[in-house]
Amino acid sequence: MTDKWLLAMQDVSVTFDGFRAINNLSLHLKTGEMRAIVGPNGAGKTTMMDIITGKTRPDKGTVTFRGHDLTRMDDPAIARLGIGRKFQKPTVFEALSVWDNLLLSLKGLRSPFSVLFSHITKEEEKRVADLLQLIRLESLSDKPAGGMSHGQKQWLEIGMLLGQDPELLLVDEPVAGMTDAETMATADLLREINKTRSVVVVEHDMDFVRALGVTVTVLHEGSVLAEGDLDTVSADPRVIEVYLGR
Amino acid sequence: MSSRLSTPAKRPFSSAVVMAVAVFLLSVTLAGASLLPENSLFHVSPFVMTLAGKYLAYAMLALSVDLVWGFAGILTLGHAAFFALGGYAMGMYLMREIGTRSAYGNPNLPDFMIFLSWDHLPFYWWGSQHLVWVALLVLAVPAILAGIFGWLAFRSRVSGVYLSIITQALTYALMLAFFQNGLGFGGNNGLTDFKDILGADLHASSTRAVLLIVTGIFLAAALLISRWIVSGRFGNLLLAVRDAESRTRFLGYRPEQIKLVIWVFSAMIAGIGGALYVTQVGIINPSEFSPSNSIESVIWVSVGGRGTLVGSVIGAILVNFGKTVFTTWLPDFWLYSLGAMFILTTLFLPNGIMGLGHHLRKKSEEVTPEIIEPEESEHDR
Repeated sequence: MTDKWLLAMQDVSVTFDGFRAINNLSLHLKTGEMRAIVGPNGAGKTTMMDIITGKTRPDKGTVTFRGHDLTRMDDPAIARLGIGRKFQKPTVFEALSVWDNLLLSLKGLRSPFSVLFSHITKEEEKRVADLLQLIRLESLSDKPAGGMSHGQKQWLEIGMLLGQDPELLLVDEPVAGMTDAETMATADLLREINKTRSVVVVEHDMDFVRALGVTVTVLHEGSVLAEGDLDTVSADPRVIEVYLGR
Repeated sequence: MSSRLSTPAKRPFSSAVVMAVAVFLLSVTLAGASLLPENSLFHVSPFVMTLAGKYLAYAMLALSVDLVWGFAGILTLGHAAFFALGGYAMGMYLMREIGTRSAYGNPNLPDFMIFLSWDHLPFYWWGSQHLVWVALLVLAVPAILAGIFGWLAFRSRVSGVYLSIITQALTYALMLAFFQNGLGFGGNNGLTDFKDILGADLHASSTRAVLLIVTGIFLAAALLISRWIVSGRFGNLLLAVRDAESRTRFLGYRPEQIKLVIWVFSAMIAGIGGALYVTQVGIINPSEFSPSNSIESVIWVSVGGRGTLVGSVIGAILVNFGKTVFTTWLPDFWLYSLGAMFILTTLFLPNGIMGLGHHLRKKSEEVTPEIIEPEESEHDR
């Protein structure tokens, strides 16, 4: 069963100080799939990502990625396994140039001494140049990342995720703080990425989710409330109740 | 800047090369001048020589603090411990060199051991009559202590003010330990009354001149190696760990390992500084472990400019020069002025003297990375 899924979460629960953040959550993702996760605040979206990336250990349940048990690994190990994560708040290395941010993200050198004695290879230069083109930041290549706009930082972080060459990208609210045009461009970018990689996107922006045109999972109080295409899900009375409130 | 598409913004720290050359030339010049006849206009007195040597040794301590604080964001308040350990290791050798010229005249045992009625050397003094072995200890003892301490602290993700407090506790604990006579390092008197090094009289001008040059060479070398470490990809990684540690983890790096490497390297530089300090100052005692020494070294770095390498050297020399002047003329005001200096630089010169230079040059492209305080992101536990 595990082989069928790229990512399988089965009956996962986690409790913080008596609060059940995740409650018997099961979620399965096929290789090459893109999935949108929606849900009101406190539904457990970010906690779910924390569990997948090894930041939070579940109290019970199994989480496997290509058959590897993720609950036994820490975050750097999971990252090396091929799961990249974009934070809700764009997190890039502000003191470094865009170019250097991307160079550090490139899959490969990870131990301190291999980095210390490394030289930039032609291949690495090419990969960084390709990424710069994809995220449209060529003109800012040598500018410090700290000086960029919110939207540019979001894109840079996505570029760094791709630099890791992950099989699965977890993307937390990628269009927060973006203009409509940037939002649609980001949807295009994610669809482009999805051609070669699997993606899980957490997002509040329904226009964006609609533009992605993928299966939607609605989380509520730490478990899956509904799953299906956006129109079906948004017609579900339980979903309407959760979103519009009691 | 080249117009190549993929040009990375470089932080080459070329000022470190200039400083390395300057430090070397300064030590050679002073050393040379000290050998001139005493009535010569350019003669440098032994007092000035000792001061210069002391400043350069302190500059190595400052450099080591800058490496971990400026580049990896680890605010150490206990780095003088590594400096003092290096100093004690060198002190052991210098004690053994005294030989039969000591008050009790025992060829093997230093006087304080006779005083404790010990009849043989403790095992950790074995081999201390050989400078080569002691040189190894100067590097290894701080490195091993830093390695164990750093491994435990970084692995448990102790950071920020908590780490600062533990470093302070570390140096304080060592100070108390070295005050004990039973530890075998001379108790509160420490190690002193040294006679010679490699058979050369420590009080002779020529020996002092050589020691000053050696200190200059080591400081210059430490600057160049540090520059190599921080200007490349590893340096970028250090800044990345400093500013967004959780991001590096999710990229697959292990920040605790990266911090450990720079932490241990830094401790070794501090150890060498301490060893050279003792040869010129002529005494090492437990007060070198005093927490205030470590805090002072942080002030040197912040005055000079954190995260700039060169700033730490400038800060150490300048503040210590101020200390010499003040404690001679206005001894009561030294601590106040030190405190004022720290407050003023923090308020008005967050990037220290180096930042001032940057400010004046306004639109210069190559300089120091701005210090961005690590934000406590919501992802950090």
